Parts: sequence; C-alpha cells; structure tokens
Amino acid sequence: MRSTIDRDTLVRLCERVEGAQTRAYAIPKLTNEYSELAMADSYAIQMALLERFLEQGHKLIGWKAGLTSKAKMKQMGVEQPTIGFLTDRMARPENSVISTSDLVHPRVECEIAFVTKAPLSGPDCTAAEVMAATDYVMPAIEVIDSRFAGFKFDLESVVADNSSSARFVGGGRPRYANELELDTLGVVLEKNGEMVEMGAGAAVMEHPAEAVAMLVNILAELDRELPAGSFVMSGGITAAVAVQPGDYVTARFQELGSVSVKFGE
Amino acid sequence: MEQSMIDQLGDELYQAYQERRTIQPFTERDLDITLEDAYQIQQRFMAQRLAAGETVVGKKIGVTSRPVQDFLGVFQPDFGILTSAMEIKGDNVVDLNGLIQPKAEAELAFVLKEDLNGPGVTAMDVIRATDYVVPCFEIVDSRINDWKIKIQDTVADNASCGVYVLGDAKGDPKKLDLTLAGMVLRKNGELYSTSVGAAVQGSPVNAVAWLANTLGELGIPFKAGEVILSGSQSELVSVQDGDELECTVGGLGSCSVRFTGRSAV
Repeated sequence: MRSTIDRDTLVRLCERVEGAQTRAYAIPKLTNEYSELAMADSYAIQMALLERFLEQGHKLIGWKAGLTSKAKMKQMGVEQPTIGFLTDRMARPENSVISTSDLVHPRVECEIAFVTKAPLSGPDCTAAEVMAATDYVMPAIEVIDSRFAGFKFDLESVVADNSSSARFVGGGRPRYANELELDTLGVVLEKNGEMVEMGAGAAVMEHPAEAVAMLVNILAELDRELPAGSFVMSGGITAAVAVQPGDYVTARFQELGSVSVKFGE
Repeated sequence: MEQSMIDQLGDELYQAYQERRTIQPFTERDLDITLEDAYQIQQRFMAQRLAAGETVVGKKIGVTSRPVQDFLGVFQPDFGILTSAMEIKGDNVVDLNGLIQPKAEAELAFVLKEDLNGPGVTAMDVIRATDYVVPCFEIVDSRINDWKIKIQDTVADNASCGVYVLGDAKGDPKKLDLTLAGMVLRKNGELYSTSVGAAVQGSPVNAVAWLANTLGELGIPFKAGEVILSGSQSELVSVQDGDELECTVGGLGSCSVRFTGRSAV
C-alpha cells in the first residue's frame, strides 16, 4: 500500500487520533475534512501512531483483526478485514477492573487469540501456515472503542484510529490449536450474568486461522512480518456489546475456559 | 372448551394435514382457546394420526430459543409428539411434496436408554438416561395460514412438527460440553449462522428436563428408546427444491439434509 498523503497532513491526523485516544474524547470522522482519505493513507496514519507510541516506550506485542465476519464486511462494503496493533499498554489482566473514564464508547467482543512460535509473512499466507506457526490459542475479550463522535465513522477513519483497538484481556485455558476444532468452537458472552451474545468460531471468516492469514497478508502490504511470539486476536465471534461502569462481563468458550472482566469508573 | 369442539378442531387439523393445506388460526376465531384446550386439540389431532397407523417414537420441544421466539412472538416453550411417519431415514432427502410450508431448524436430539418419569427430573437425570445425542434437523411445518400462529395455534398443531432427520454422529453426553458446543449451520455450502447449545434454555439438557417434568405432570413418561428433539439452536431456515443444509456441532459431528420437490404453499 502506498500512501499519497503529504507529511504535514499525516502528522496532523495522527496527532488528532492520538489525542482522542490518550485523552478519551470523541472527534469527527477524519473523512469530514479529508474526503479523499484512502485505505493506504489510513494505514500510514496507523503506522505513524504506532511509531509514536513505540517512541514513548510502549511495546508492540501483536495485532488484531477487525471486521472479520461476512455480515460486517458486507455492511461496510469491504472485501477484507482490517487490522490494528496491540501494545502492552492495552493489556489488562483477567478479572481486573477496566476503567471506562479513559474510554469513549467501550464495547466488548469474544475472540480466539493466537500466540505464534514462528514468523509468518505474506503475501499468500494461508490458514494452514498460521496453524503450523501457532504455539497455542487462548480465549480473549477485546474492548473496542471508537473515538468518533456519535458512532459516525467510515472504514478509512476506523483504520486510522487503529481499528478501534483499546484494551484486551487474555485468559482462560491455553490450548494447542491443532487439538481443537476452532470453527465449531462455541462461545457465550454474558453481561451481568445474562447471556447477551453467542456464536461459534466459523463466524470469523469460516475459521479464525483464515482471519490471521488475512492479517499477515495485510501486514505484508505494509512491508511488515508477524514475528514469532506475537499475540494475535482473530476477530469478534459475537457482535460487540456496549459496557458501562458496574458491568461484569464473562466470555465462556468451549474447550478454552472463560475470561471475565469488570468495568469501573 | 367443550369436548365436542376440541374434537372438531383436532379433526380439522388432521384433515388439513392429510390434504396438505392450511386453516385459519384458532386464535383468530371467536373461541377463547386456552393453552390446556390447545394441548387437548393436539391430542385429538395426533390420536387420529395414530389411529391411521403411525406410532409414537418420541417428543419434540419447540419455541426454545430467542431467534424462534422472536420469529413467532411466542415466549414460552411447547411440545409435540414425534411419530414413525416423521422420521426421514436412509438418504436424508426430504420430499417437500409431502409438506405445506416447511422451514428447517438445526438442533440436538437425545435418544434415551432409560425411562424418565417427571416431575422431579433434573439435568443430571437426563444425562444419565441418555443413550446418545445426535445433531439433527427438524423440518417444522404449519397447518395454520401463513405461520400466523400464537402459542395456542402451534400447540394444537402438534408444535408445528413436520419431519425430522437424525445425523450419524452419535455422542456420549458425558463426553461433551452440550452447553458450550458450537453449532455451524451451512446452506448450500455457505455459512448461514453459528450458535451454541446455551441458546436453548441455557442448555439443551435443561430443555429435555423441562419437558420430562411438564409431561410428567400430565402422566406421560419418556420411554427408553424415544427420540427427544431439544429445540432449535438456529433461526428458521426457508428451504426449497435443491437446497442442502448441514449443521456441525463442536465435538460431536454433522447432520446433512437435502430437499427435493415443492411444498404446497
């Protein structure tokens, strides 16, 4: 992907997203001002944001796939999912209290996370290669947060906003991926003890490893590889559920145990 | 309701069933029909079918999951009788010519090895008394105009039972997580929906226990060897000539069904 955006604009938009993320306020979607913003520009902004965070001492630990369900892709009129980076600052322990005061529109999703033991690179990375390079899988809750006002956004703005990445919680029981049927693996999302969403792994591009392969292929377009030891969240199996202070969320996975987290002020 | 009216309505359903046509919903007539009346009408309807040579092979539980409850606007489970004429054997091909306005549901069937006499039956008893579970399709069908059913209409109409197909994958319930087992439903090879066992009353086992207790109150036992359909985990799927459906349950296996011909409506 080759961005044609000029350096000044790139820096300005990157700073705008960084401000919204770090100080938790909503901004208008970027395309209001830059209607010609293309996907390559959006990823350029996301990579610039990553560089800034790394300069500030954040550590890159992996990536996430977004818009991985067919329904969501159709809805947004896109052919492939989006990706976003994950840093140590976004990680939260299982059963901890996640503060919502530094988030704008927090919502939770259940995902299967992959931890890799060998590097993966695209283009043409396949699900079979992903499975072979996977050390283990584990259940995860992703807290996504769109920093755009009134939920008005488009794909270009979302990608620049690091594909709505905010927080994530890994937990439950790690398992070897090849011992599981990840497509028929069932998941229930409970909020305050009530089942609110459910589904099975196939909701993510027929098989979660397909989403990871796609992610690797998008990284290749950004001249990046996925190094061994990466933590990759393969995309929401369930629809995203809004949370507020006081909510207690549990994701229960077939074969993988559960992950719980609370939300506070 | 007078016994003569119950008999008349039961016979009307039996005639509609035989002639493969639909009738006006009972709840749209000036009848003031109660749920008890509806079950008595079902008894009369099914007594006619048994008199014509069908035999009882099991029970079905209906209206158990949110998607089906939302579709029908009915928010409580119900039950019907399975007869020898309803099981599709061998090649798993459903001839739509024998049905009126069919829709398919993917679910789990329990085959019993012991009698279960409610009330007082718990989930533990259901697991103990189960010989095996198997993924299945129930092809529901309604003898009521345009599926315009309230709970009394569907109950009188034998819980809208049509025919059913059991898969080959028999599983021991003591080796499965029936609550979190994912279900992947494909139509003509394409992903249609995903779900989990918990969609049905928190667990299919709970639905079976509910029915054992409900029937127990009426003095009707579950018999060893009977097939109990635990309720749809999917939405109702429209089917027509040439369609193929496959449901796969995590840790268990698949059931496939093919449709030929044309239904009456």
